[in-house]
Amino acid sequence: MIWNESMECMSRDQMHDLQSRRLRHLVDRVYHNVEFYRKKMQELGLEPGDINTINDLIKLPFTTKQDLRDNYPFGLFAIPKSEVVRVHASSGTTGKPIVVAYSRKDVDIFAEVIARALCCSGVTRDDTVQVAYGYGLFTGGLGLHYGAEKLGATVIPISGGNTAKQITLLQDFGSTVLACTPSYAAYLAESIAEAGIDPGELSLRIGVFGAEPWSYELKKKIEDGLKIKAYDIYGLSEIIGPGVSNNCDCQNGLHIAEDHFIPEIIDPITLDQLDPGVSGELVFTTLTKEAMPLLRYRTRDLSSLDYAPCECGRTNVRMAKILGRSDDMLIIRGVNVFPSQVESILLEIPEAKPHYMLIVDKKGTMDTLEIQVEIDEKFFTDEMVQLNNIRNKIKHKVESILGISVIISLVEHKTIKRSEGKAQRVIDKRKI
Amino acid sequence: MVIKQLSVFLQNEQGRLEEVTDILYKHSINISALSIAETAEYGILRMIVSDIDKASAALRDENFSVRISDVLCVETPDVPGELHKKIKILSNVGINLSYMYGYSNSGTARLIMKVSDPAKALQLLK
Repeated sequence: MIWNESMECMSRDQMHDLQSRRLRHLVDRVYHNVEFYRKKMQELGLEPGDINTINDLIKLPFTTKQDLRDNYPFGLFAIPKSEVVRVHASSGTTGKPIVVAYSRKDVDIFAEVIARALCCSGVTRDDTVQVAYGYGLFTGGLGLHYGAEKLGATVIPISGGNTAKQITLLQDFGSTVLACTPSYAAYLAESIAEAGIDPGELSLRIGVFGAEPWSYELKKKIEDGLKIKAYDIYGLSEIIGPGVSNNCDCQNGLHIAEDHFIPEIIDPITLDQLDPGVSGELVFTTLTKEAMPLLRYRTRDLSSLDYAPCECGRTNVRMAKILGRSDDMLIIRGVNVFPSQVESILLEIPEAKPHYMLIVDKKGTMDTLEIQVEIDEKFFTDEMVQLNNIRNKIKHKVESILGISVIISLVEHKTIKRSEGKAQRVIDKRKI
Repeated sequence: MVIKQLSVFLQNEQGRLEEVTDILYKHSINISALSIAETAEYGILRMIVSDIDKASAALRDENFSVRISDVLCVETPDVPGELHKKIKILSNVGINLSYMYGYSNSGTARLIMKVSDPAKALQLLK
């Protein structure tokens, strides 16, 4: 089913016109209401009248996470504070968090795009959605909550964590849809198996997972472990939260709610706009947001765009599954390494569990990469030779794909911290 | 004879072995023989214990990876040359020894070994 056919299935020409019209209004609004953007545009010698269609997008300035930090907390609001009905903030591991705001209309749009996303994943009003994203400042919990309510489904607002209770409610309430981070879904699957529960006996049928990059292999593993079909939901709080895009049944990219968010792909170094199909950094312009609209926000997520109509009937552009972030990328001895690459490799090795930690350090002038891997208890043996064989097998496979030498440390079962939200996979001890 | 051995996977980290011995002590389990094989990052603790099912359940409950496997236990007189004789027998027929450890008590030594052909080894060493 398609939630909003008129917006999700229009022709490319119609979309171009709609986006252009909305872009003109947006530029006018930010120029007059946000000092930060007015200054930036003036520096570039731009006036609102210079922006007529989305082809003029490239003239506009970029916005970065640093700009949001510099204007902490309310400097980028485009409406009076009295019109703001909700504020969210990012987890922000370093320094001050990123603050984002919503008007009444923004909150409605947030629910609308999530309703579309859930519908895209095959969720209907007959479903029971267990929202195991964290509720609070993080956009995941409340976002999915309002979206699922708008769709008319039954919402179980359990929030993140409390795994034993999650499992009890899956059993007792017969939840049919699980919404959480993929790393938490993997942990739930593991806990369900350990509790001796047959996932086939649960009513769960759909998983809507997002908020961190995850590999196809992990997706398969979660689908097998929970006996469900998993869908990618994408979003970021700066743009609105989850629901910016979502997989349909064709599972060939994620449809973007383009009538609200225009995507572009740029080269993260030259900042040039790249052609459809070419991979680069994803950039969004929020067309309809009132409280905190952003021009050309650099997400740091790596993707590509496909404008071909999809078999599902939607014509909205699809973005490729995010497999990495330009700032997640580790540069080790000059080689680019993404944690998701390591995850893909480990999932292909039956002896290794998908729980790992990358520890980057410097010995002298040399970068070192240690990968701590939990071995599956089934494969633990009393013979050192066999354990060493497992370690060497992992080492060879990782080295052949990453192209650098690594240290593989087999660690005890369950010693790598399980995540209830976004997983922390990297410790970089290098001092610059 | 064939006996059951308990192996525990150990990260090479301070205090890990102590945790194992503490769990066994709390469950009143006696260790009659043990050996540790180690690399820089991890080790395998192998033990012959008084109640292997209880020991393995107690360690599993604390999230240790454990394995129960069959090993040979061969008794020999505790005098020079006896070990050499046993090893020679195995070596002559090409049976491989993966690992071995032993202990002696009142004139008798017991050798615990993992070999490539346990049935044949048992017959030859009788």
